Amino acid sequence: MSRTKKHPMPCQPVEERIKNFSEVALGYDEQTAIAEAKRCIQCKNPRCVQGCPVGIDIPQFIQKIAEGDFESSIEILKSKNSLPAICGRVCPQEDQCEKLCVVGIKNEPVAIGRLERFVADWERVNVKPKGKQVTEGKKVAVVGSGPAGLTCAGELAKMGYKVTIFEAFHQPGGVLMYGIPEFRLPKKIVEEEINSLLDLGVELKTNVVIGQTITIEELFAEGYEAVFIGSGAGLPYFLNIPGENLNGVYSANEFLTRVNLMRAYLHPDWHTPIKVGKKVAVVGAGNVAMDAARTAKRLGAEEVYIVYRRSEEEMPAREEEVHHAKEEGIIFKLLTNPVEILGNEEGWVTGLKCIKMELGEPDSSGRRRPIPVEGSEFQLDVDGVIIAVGQGPNPLIPRSTPSLETSKWGNIIADEMTGKTSMEGVFAGGDVVTGAATVIKAMGAGKNAAIAIDQYLKNKG
Amino acid sequence: MNKILEKKVLAPTLKQIVVNAPLIARKAKAGQFVILRVHERGERFPLTIADYDREKGTITLIFQEVGASTKLLGNLEVGDVILDLVGPLGKATKHPHAKRVVCIGGGVGVAPVYPEAKELYENGVEVISIIGARNKDLLFYVDEMKKVSKELYITTDDGSAGRKGFVTDALKDLILSGMEIDCVIAIGPMPMMKAVSNLTKEYGIYTIVSLNSLMVDGTGMCGGCRVTIGNEVKFACIDGPAFEAHSIDFDEQMRRLRMYQEEEKLVDCKCGEAEKNVEN
Ligand SMILES: Cc1cc2nc3c(=O)[nH]c(=O)nc-3n(C[C@H](O)[C@H](O)[C@H](O)COP(=O)(O)OP(=O)(O)OC[C@H]3O[C@@H](n4cnc5c(N)ncnc54)[C@H](O)[C@@H]3O)c2cc1C
Ligand SMILES: Cc1cc2nc3c(=O)[nH]c(=O)nc-3n(C[C@H](O)[C@H](O)[C@H](O)COP(=O)(O)OP(=O)(O)OC[C@H]3O[C@@H](n4cnc5c(N)ncnc54)[C@H](O)[C@@H]3O)c2cc1C
Ligand code: SF4
Ligand code: SF4
Ligand code: FES
Repeated sequence: MSRTKKHPMPCQPVEERIKNFSEVALGYDEQTAIAEAKRCIQCKNPRCVQGCPVGIDIPQFIQKIAEGDFESSIEILKSKNSLPAICGRVCPQEDQCEKLCVVGIKNEPVAIGRLERFVADWERVNVKPKGKQVTEGKKVAVVGSGPAGLTCAGELAKMGYKVTIFEAFHQPGGVLMYGIPEFRLPKKIVEEEINSLLDLGVELKTNVVIGQTITIEELFAEGYEAVFIGSGAGLPYFLNIPGENLNGVYSANEFLTRVNLMRAYLHPDWHTPIKVGKKVAVVGAGNVAMDAARTAKRLGAEEVYIVYRRSEEEMPAREEEVHHAKEEGIIFKLLTNPVEILGNEEGWVTGLKCIKMELGEPDSSGRRRPIPVEGSEFQLDVDGVIIAVGQGPNPLIPRSTPSLETSKWGNIIADEMTGKTSMEGVFAGGDVVTGAATVIKAMGAGKNAAIAIDQYLKNKG
Repeated sequence: MNKILEKKVLAPTLKQIVVNAPLIARKAKAGQFVILRVHERGERFPLTIADYDREKGTITLIFQEVGASTKLLGNLEVGDVILDLVGPLGKATKHPHAKRVVCIGGGVGVAPVYPEAKELYENGVEVISIIGARNKDLLFYVDEMKKVSKELYITTDDGSAGRKGFVTDALKDLILSGMEIDCVIAIGPMPMMKAVSNLTKEYGIYTIVSLNSLMVDGTGMCGGCRVTIGNEVKFACIDGPAFEAHSIDFDEQMRRLRMYQEEEKLVDCKCGEAEKNVEN
């Protein structure tokens, strides 16, 4: 008989973890993984697979875990997902594979994500890397080394193309490296998983900004026969309220980049500084906001607020992140909208003026529209504010590539299935097309584009 | 790539290096900059491309050692390699149609104003230059600026060279002499740019400055470089760094530059003669 609940994930105790940046969730051991794998009833028509954007053969890889054959399990996983240690950690499983699991109808679904993480971690410890392979096919350029670009590059290399990734930053990984914090996704794991992908024969050029250093057109002139754009949605939105440029106000992107990519939590040993207040308000309630809030806590903020204009039900963050944030003492100020950031004479933040909201009729997103409650303004005393209300696509590529069609929000317009854009030989996928979404969706888009690029180059002859 | 080919000490804390960077040299235009990282644990920080040679594939950087990152760069010698170097970033400066432009460089700002003056000169525009420094030992690029200028004025705070006073004093003299000025380009410390902007606003002269905001990525990704211009917020790294001066909130910019004053001191005392990155 299957147990009714998932095997719990061992975690670092709250009191300890809010003082360090080590990973919070510690992972299953072999016994727990096998026991959890046995909860899967091995459906003939597995619904879970439909929920996975890259179509992993979920019952098969789980079956192999149940048998204790981890090596076969990882092979099954890797045939569809080249970054399983990452996805097992950060996929919003409750909205994807696990949402559709039949066990989940009466009980808790099978912990697919945790099992995926378990085998991926087992492989990193127990299986030796194969070493760098060499490819000699047609040249393809990939812009951006986030999950979309990495996946597209890996798939193309497997097909024998000679792929070069161009990355603006000094390190590859995109949001995996600069956005998602160490305590949720250790950077060593990201590095290892990227390296095994690059070993398929992909060349990586960091410190190249496409649109500035080289344009898309120039890539073709240099002999690349197709281009995949996976440049993400990195442009931070602000609230456009008074006081937003006061000292002590960050975009979540800047705050997290300083801490993750530039390791400001190790300042002054690492040279990039960060200012965290004693009381910090984070505006927004997505994964980005939770990451910023939990990071601020670890950097020593005594009180950290999540300020969100809708209610708990509408919060876009993963369940697990909200749960961990609450455990760590993050204070949720829901149905609360910031209207002004207050500052002192020297220009430092001293407070956040807010207004209470109530929910009205559903709006175009289907969620109930928050309406301000008249006369309910109040002030939160804070000395740090982090804005995490979303990101748009970066304008550098569209600006320098006039023949590339974009939407009015600046997203590159691309075919949903193939990633084909308005420009011959140019494909795009991931956040730059969809707006901020998920790691696994970006990977799915990268993979589909690789298939389409292969077809395009074969037809071209 | 990124190998230092030449190094010159222009003044005790003012250095010039020529770096092998063919991809950047091929594209560089006046007004653009690079972002560097000199050390594994180092910051990313911006420097203007003071000059470039497309044929040789080199760029020239001139910098003042003010803190840890610029000191670490200053410690590198010919043959050393800059760990990370990315660019050209920012927009090329858009010069208005003009017959006569006054180019003003204050302190290390002479480095970024030089490529502007040179480009204008090559396009047949008459360039009048003013360069200012605290004293005569801190002056540099005098000959270079002379070559591209019809007239060159020097000011020093202590009068040890040229006219005693600030660059704005020299500019005011020119304006009062009745010279017709179509545009002023002023680059230097924020207070200097503010003073120039206030002066030219009074006389209605179109003015461009180049902002040296704090930056992380330089690609529009963090918003740390934001600047209020009129009612709009712009990102200096992708919308600038050069902007029309008269509606910039200079006080906000000066305040934002002070954001990490205390933290910067902590690094300074620790880094010392850190390891260098030698090409292998
Ligand atoms: C803080 C945070 C937490 C998140 N948490 C989760 C989570 O828990 N689960 C989840 O599924 N998703 C999460 N997401 C969303 C997820 O990370 C993204 O949807 C995903 O990374 C998008 O992948 P991408 O490859 O399209 O772009 P990105 O990961 O953004 O990568 C784009 C890359 O392109 C580079 N680039 C951009 N422009 C250029 C250029 N002109 N030239 C060269 N290179 C360029 C960038 O530097 C970057 O490396 C989170 C996002 C953030 C910011
Ligand atoms: C687009 C752009 C182009 C630039 N071009 C040049 C150049 O060609 N030559 C050059 O010498 N400098 C230039 N700068 C400034 C240079 O980036 C800073 O001096 C440098 O980052 C300081 O780093 P640090 O670690 O050495 O000093 P820090 O320890 O960070 O700072 C030391 C002191 O310098 C001040 N400071 C810090 N950052 C800046 C800044 N961005 N501007 C002015 N003062 C600052 C601090 O407030 C502090 O008082 C440019 C800046 C920008 C944004
Ligand atoms: S990749 Fe994500 S959606 Fe697919 S099975 Fe793994 S956890 Fe589920
Ligand atoms: S739906 Fe659930 S029980 Fe069925 S195969 Fe998928 S994981 Fe196993
Ligand atoms: S430096 Fe990050 S947006 Fe300009």
